[in-house]
Amino acid sequence: MSGQGQPAPADWTAGTELPTQVFRVTRADLVAYAGASGDHNPIHWSDRVATAVGLPGVVAHGMVTMALGGRALSTWAGDPARVREYGVRFTRPVVVPDDDTGVEVIVRGTVGTVADGTARVDLVVGCDGTTVLGQARASVLVAAGLPGDD
Amino acid sequence: MPLDPALAGRRFPTTPAHDVSRYEVSRFAAALGATDPVHHDVEVARRRGHRDLPAPPTFPIVVAFEAMTGFMADPSVGIELRNVVHSAQRFVAQRPVYAGDVLTATLTVESVRQAAGTDLIATRSEVATTAGEAVCTAFATLAHRAPAVGER
Repeated sequence: MSGQGQPAPADWTAGTELPTQVFRVTRADLVAYAGASGDHNPIHWSDRVATAVGLPGVVAHGMVTMALGGRALSTWAGDPARVREYGVRFTRPVVVPDDDTGVEVIVRGTVGTVADGTARVDLVVGCDGTTVLGQARASVLVAAGLPGDD
Repeated sequence: MPLDPALAGRRFPTTPAHDVSRYEVSRFAAALGATDPVHHDVEVARRRGHRDLPAPPTFPIVVAFEAMTGFMADPSVGIELRNVVHSAQRFVAQRPVYAGDVLTATLTVESVRQAAGTDLIATRSEVATTAGEAVCTAFATLAHRAPAVGER
């Protein structure tokens, strides 16, 4: 299954640009993620604690930002099961204001190499005009006949 | 107080069994806005070749985080979550986590090094089923900044 206007993984070659995905993150999302993940670190919901440890304010869990990259990868790949390796460095915090609109996280992806039924995808994940994840890359299965193929 | 470099190589106790339910997979996906029905509707998941609801690719962090929490709370380690910043994360999956899995995580400290008053702790958590099937290896690097005396 692939979205409209998006190259199927079997057609990916080195340099294929994947459609940019834009996600919005609010404080409510952080609270939902804290509940769903069990990570209740107060820097992700309390301005008091976040500023006490030197942050500009409440910041998104790094894992929320990484997971949005994972969502983009799952969409591009057509199925979450095709994402086999995925790594990032958390280089800049994503500050999430206490309002209803939150912040936008933008995920861009480019296919690096394709070999042995696996593609390397390089991600650029940005927020507010700066890159927030470093060395973000994934290995995605591209061969047909895997779980996720209709 | 810097962490003891002798932590490197230490393996911490395996976490208690974590039963992954369909509800949990669906709720985790929903928290990320992942509306793909493969995470929410078992009929769709089966039609797409899955044995049950597959979790999003970063879900193993939930079980790995239990191991990290145990590690941080260990009296011989003694670090507070609020002084910790997650600095890197990587997953190497054998397969997705599925609803119905019963998982544990076993954390090993790979290295501890100091940089500008911060301890950088590289950890590896092996996520496996209680039947012994390897599911995913989660590598986390944690940056720990010890508060100065009197600081809160």
